[in-house]
Amino acid sequence: MSGIVVSTTVNGDPQDFVCAPGETLLHALRDRLGLTGSKEGCGTGDCGACSVTLNGRLVCSCLVLAAEADGAEIGTIEGVAEAGKLHPLQEAFIEHAALQCGICTPGILVAAKSLLERNPDPTDEEVRYWLAGNLCRCTGYDKIIRAVQAAAAQMREETHGV
Amino acid sequence: MAFDAAKDRQFKVVGTRPRRPDGIDKVTGKAQYGADMSAPGMLHGLVLRSPHPHARIVGIDASAALDMAGVKAVVTNADLAEPEDDFYRDIKDNVLARDKALYDGHAVAAVAATSLEIALAALDRIEVEYEVLPHVTDVDAAMAPDAPVVQPGRADETVPSGHSENVTGYWQFGHGDPEGGFAKADKIVERSFKTAATHQGYIEPHACLGSMTSDGKGELWCCTQGQYMVRSTCAALLGMDASQLRVTASEIGGGFGGKTTTFIEPVALALSRKCGRPVKMVMSREEVFRATGPTASSSIDVKIGMTSDGKVTAGAATLRYQGGAFPSETVLFGAQSAFAAYDLEAVRTEGFSVLTNRPKEAAYRAPGAPMAVYAVESVVDELCQHFGLDPFEVRLKNAARKGTLSSYGPTFDEIGLVATLEAAQAHAHYSAPLGPNQGRGISCGFWFNFGGNTCVSLNVNDDGTVGVTEGNPDIGGSRASISMMAAEELGIPYEKVRTVVTDTNSLGFNDVTDGSRVTFAVGLATINAARAAKAEMCRRVAKLWGLEEDAVKWENGAVVPAGPNAGKHESMSLAEIAAIADQTGGPIAGHHETNADGAGVSFGVHICDAEVDPETGATKVLRYTVFQDAGKAVHPDYVEGQMQGGAVQGIGWALNEEYIYGDDGKLQNPGFLDYRVPVASDLPPIDTVILEIPNPGHPYGVRGVGETSIVPPLAALSNAISRAAGIRLAELPMSPPRIRAALRG
Repeated sequence: MSGIVVSTTVNGDPQDFVCAPGETLLHALRDRLGLTGSKEGCGTGDCGACSVTLNGRLVCSCLVLAAEADGAEIGTIEGVAEAGKLHPLQEAFIEHAALQCGICTPGILVAAKSLLERNPDPTDEEVRYWLAGNLCRCTGYDKIIRAVQAAAAQMREETHGV
Repeated sequence: MAFDAAKDRQFKVVGTRPRRPDGIDKVTGKAQYGADMSAPGMLHGLVLRSPHPHARIVGIDASAALDMAGVKAVVTNADLAEPEDDFYRDIKDNVLARDKALYDGHAVAAVAATSLEIALAALDRIEVEYEVLPHVTDVDAAMAPDAPVVQPGRADETVPSGHSENVTGYWQFGHGDPEGGFAKADKIVERSFKTAATHQGYIEPHACLGSMTSDGKGELWCCTQGQYMVRSTCAALLGMDASQLRVTASEIGGGFGGKTTTFIEPVALALSRKCGRPVKMVMSREEVFRATGPTASSSIDVKIGMTSDGKVTAGAATLRYQGGAFPSETVLFGAQSAFAAYDLEAVRTEGFSVLTNRPKEAAYRAPGAPMAVYAVESVVDELCQHFGLDPFEVRLKNAARKGTLSSYGPTFDEIGLVATLEAAQAHAHYSAPLGPNQGRGISCGFWFNFGGNTCVSLNVNDDGTVGVTEGNPDIGGSRASISMMAAEELGIPYEKVRTVVTDTNSLGFNDVTDGSRVTFAVGLATINAARAAKAEMCRRVAKLWGLEEDAVKWENGAVVPAGPNAGKHESMSLAEIAAIADQTGGPIAGHHETNADGAGVSFGVHICDAEVDPETGATKVLRYTVFQDAGKAVHPDYVEGQMQGGAVQGIGWALNEEYIYGDDGKLQNPGFLDYRVPVASDLPPIDTVILEIPNPGHPYGVRGVGETSIVPPLAALSNAISRAAGIRLAELPMSPPRIRAALRG
């Protein structure tokens, strides 16, 4: 079995790995790089638990071949907190009890961060549609939407100093 | 353990909303779930599954697979021990089929190899010769006398004659004279309902890492609702002593009852035993759908009589649940809970448990209750519509309350149903205006709640902090609640307590995390463990002060002198006592072991506004409010979370989710694309109102809250759709094609 050498940047750090031709980016992240924060809930792009950013674009890493990531910048849940300081979304998810079992939480946080980078002041409906690809079976989404909005408000306040 | 007498007790920690202790791990990706663990030298295990819904296994030849480089072991049913009792034998024959494959996706063999790719290729090289047999997947078809028999010889003696051998169990409940009751009614409505099987839909597939050594010791890491249950099952299936197998529960990515089971865990251990290396197994989503979990599908007849002023004169129900290819008892809970919200002079329910060629049914949040209550609450609503009566007035007129002889036997103690109904009726939601094509439905819901076997160990550390060790996987924030109850009882801040969920070697047996039992039973054991530690601290201080034990008492987190002869002493705080423990007799701890009873039943009431699109038949939930009695809400955020999450699972059950089997007996939608659970954009905010009617069976009045919330949505949606669109469906899910067909008559 011949491996493919892949050079990437993961959460800002250079990361090289060898993968099989049919291997998904999710498996490479989890099994080659030990970044098990991204989860596999379905393997078919339906649940969003494996959400990462690839060159700034939100993707399901179970639908990306690891070999495709050569030269790419990848962002995972492990890079959302910086130097031990939680991102406002992470703070808000804890504060608003927006997780129960927590398995969908990494994917939802990566997706929500991606939303707020594009739209710092979304409506509830925009949040709900943006996160429609991230399944949560525990919460009924109510507290997740509240937490995203609380983080968005906090981030706007930090940006504008109001 | 009785409710503390001081009803005006002011809680300091209980009822607040502190941050959960596992929060940071779970928002940073550090928390380790079932599939996140690896071991040196680890192999990857995969399962070969039957493509047939029913087939005799003539032979299995794994030699070609075993000849492949990198393949280390293959196991079949014959590699497992032969348990003596039916319970474990059924699990054995489900995790690896014995002589027949009983459903599409039934495990037949498993392989362990050095990589997933090799394991996958090896599955293709395992030759299984099948003799295909006729199959049956529908509950009513399976009861017919000439139906294909899934497993012969499994019927209880209680089953009435004249049925197929597929009918394995029969139960009856009730009291009074239903026929006499129906004779007094001004109107009798009799309807038949069908509900589809649904899956718990936890986002984390089953996963485990098992390792056995040649001296018979085993280590197992897995996602489960109960590591002790996994240990018992695996020990029975592998023929080993429980003491030799240590099971550690990972963080759990959802369960909802579906992880009160074992599937791959004994298989991984059997593979490891055969080749001497750790074996990791992770199910695919397709495997999860085809071979784990689902709830029963049902066929239910309900008959209710009512007077024109809304008094129910009698109720009767016949329930038929298929639980897949192995005997199940879930219909028992349906037959018990169907009329639980009503105080009836005459009621009768009967339940049939039926085998089909489907996966073995597993518990799903209030197992058996949602479909039974759906059928009853639909007929009650139809009677309300017939007489033009307010659905709350009718439910209040007939509501079960303290002293009611329940429809399933016991007499109710303090229950919160009337208060919950009154709160819902008075809520602004109930009188809010509705637009065209919109309707409002209500439904009651009920669940028994459970206590069960529970062990807690509580250690007072020398710096005045406290460690609590418990044995129930934390599925929705329970470690926070347990720490809160320990802090409350000891009079120390929440932040000074850390609660951990431990492995099977560190505590006695704990029942699985089910039955809404953890906050109730583990909480109760934690309070008792804390009281034992407090008693010990009182003894230590009394001795220091030269007093009898009854001349000191615990007050506000410290030992103080008590009584007229105690004299003057400076109170000693927990931290001060802990700091000198080595001089007063050594470490201070408390522990408690119990088989807890007194869980206290739970009632909820839901109000749902829905809009039906007359063109597409699609239903949009516009507004939703959950009212539920929590006894005492320990951490209200997580109580609300249970109410919201259960409601949304019920909404999915009502509107979209279903197991679809083709005529070929194969599951047609084993994935999240075609088995569609609710997504964020489908839903409105889920509002919650917590009521607190103390449970007499818990020192703080706590009741379980986890399950009741999935029960009311099915009828609440059906009743809302009926009022929005003028159609009453008798089959779940009420998917757009079904509603469209009904609208077109």
